[in-house]
Amino acid sequence: MDADSTGRAGLAGVPTDPGARKPDPLIVGDNISRAFGGLKAVDVEHLEIQRGVITALIGPNGAGKTTLFNLLTGFDTPDTGDWSFNGKPLSGVAAYKVARRGMVRTFQLTKVLSKLTVIENMRLGATGQRGERFWSAPFKSLWSSQEDEITRRADELLVRFKLDAKREDFAGSLSGGQRKLLEMARALMVDPELIMLDEPMAGVNPALKQSLLGHVQSLRDEGRTVLFVEHDMDMVRHISDWVIVMAQGQIVAEGTPASVMADQRVIDAYLGAHHDTDLSEMDEEAIMEEAMAEIEGTKE
Amino acid sequence: MDFTDIFSTALTQALGPNAIVYALAAIGLNIHFGYTGLLNFGQAGFMAVGAYGLAVTVVVAGLPFGVGLVMAFAAPLLLAVLLGFPTLRLRADYLAIATIATAEILRLVFGSVEMKDYFGGSNGLTGYSSVYKDLNPYSEGIDWGIVRYSRDDLWSVTVGWVLVALGCLIVFALMRSPWGRVLRSIREDEDAVRSLGKNVFAYKMQALILGGMFGGLAGLFLALKQSSVVPSDYSTNITFYAYTALLLGGAARVLGPVVGAIIFWFLLSGLGSFFGQATSGVDPLIPSWIMDDTQSSLVRFIITGLALMLLMIYRPQGIFGDRREIAIDGR
Repeated sequence: MDADSTGRAGLAGVPTDPGARKPDPLIVGDNISRAFGGLKAVDVEHLEIQRGVITALIGPNGAGKTTLFNLLTGFDTPDTGDWSFNGKPLSGVAAYKVARRGMVRTFQLTKVLSKLTVIENMRLGATGQRGERFWSAPFKSLWSSQEDEITRRADELLVRFKLDAKREDFAGSLSGGQRKLLEMARALMVDPELIMLDEPMAGVNPALKQSLLGHVQSLRDEGRTVLFVEHDMDMVRHISDWVIVMAQGQIVAEGTPASVMADQRVIDAYLGAHHDTDLSEMDEEAIMEEAMAEIEGTKE
Repeated sequence: MDFTDIFSTALTQALGPNAIVYALAAIGLNIHFGYTGLLNFGQAGFMAVGAYGLAVTVVVAGLPFGVGLVMAFAAPLLLAVLLGFPTLRLRADYLAIATIATAEILRLVFGSVEMKDYFGGSNGLTGYSSVYKDLNPYSEGIDWGIVRYSRDDLWSVTVGWVLVALGCLIVFALMRSPWGRVLRSIREDEDAVRSLGKNVFAYKMQALILGGMFGGLAGLFLALKQSSVVPSDYSTNITFYAYTALLLGGAARVLGPVVGAIIFWFLLSGLGSFFGQATSGVDPLIPSWIMDDTQSSLVRFIITGLALMLLMIYRPQGIFGDRREIAIDGR
């Protein structure tokens, strides 16, 4: 495989069709579907995620983004479909095994362990711990050296994510944004190849957003693949290398951020006509007129 | 009113074999509920299979006492596996329902007329504890004024507190380890633990087995100390008294269930003997139109319940619990 087909460079020649083939895919999925009652929440014909890039998954509420996340990570079972990770089939594999293979997710509503301290949350993330096996757990000498090593790694990550001052605090006392950071840092303790972030920006203040953006980019720069669901178009525009748009369970568009945001179908289905404009700068009268026209329209 | 007598009765009970039974059962529940968040409402069932494991092996099957002891540990292990497989993948409530139902089924089967040949019906089984009794090194009981035990009870108290100490040591060693950290994390949010690559089901099963075996040990000890196994000893309220002891002492603390069991029995028997004295005699302290002596034995449960309510309102973490763990609620 030549250097041009890997990472971001490889995306250059990829056509912007739904389900487009990538030169160096980490995830390849086919016919993935999941219905809740009569509603088809996910119905994806073909999906490929390029290795080593940041891919954004966007779409209106109820488009099936989180359901697709749940299916790929083993938290939900699909009605049909197969997918592979790193060339190995991964459909129907239990969630914890998916994580061990190097595919770790975070959650839309953060799942920090409130009644454990920040450092304990971090330690939990490490895999292959001898002390987590029942028969060796009672004997501290069997696992204490490994525990020290884990703690050292955890402390490094806490410094990187600027949570080191909170080390001994209960995770439940953290703010919403700090929880997002902790969840991301904890996921890194698993040392995943692919990290899947479900709305990493939801409920995060603007100052913290900047540093979060930096953190996500640094994940890619150290060679990891990132897939994230987000409604914050600023984030999608600034850091993603590729965007996949879902609506009603299907992939409706794909492409670079610029091409996707110029796509008329995407604007109609999701972004809205004014997605590029700053609302405060818009002519207020124009907004009022438009609103009035809409009200008139509904009266008739 | 003889307060010395009330105090010594209460203390004798608080440190006696009954408190040990509840301490052992509550240590098991602490592993289930306090650390892992598993709602086991059938600890009485685990106790029953532990006790019957010994009695049936020795009395009915005629096998040696040692084999009976092995069976007393094997039976709760098997019960935990049987209960855990269908329910541990489901939400916590299903385990609660399955365990309480199983405990009742076991009690009714053990007491049934049809199974009298195997379990002795409602009279239960006796005649398996001679080996245990013969090991008793004491020649007589003790009476120190504040505590008094018969020769048999003194032996049971010795054995019992050694078992409780060993149990606490095992719980301490396990819960400070990364294994214990996984359990506490499962209690908080099992999906988060799953997303980090831990086999949540296996950990819950291990916790259910370990806690169930402590329940079995409680039943085994009860069977040994009173030399008989009777189905009515394993009714559902035993489970809830054990929960009371656990919450009183503080869940998710190593010594919580032990201290809780001691306080629970101190209160229960202290109040029992206080009201017993206050309603008996020619000129009782409490006149009989308020309460007579048959009612007095039940009033202690009312007062204990009231004390528990006050505790839950003013100190919900129990005596030993960490206030910070309770004060923060992220959800």
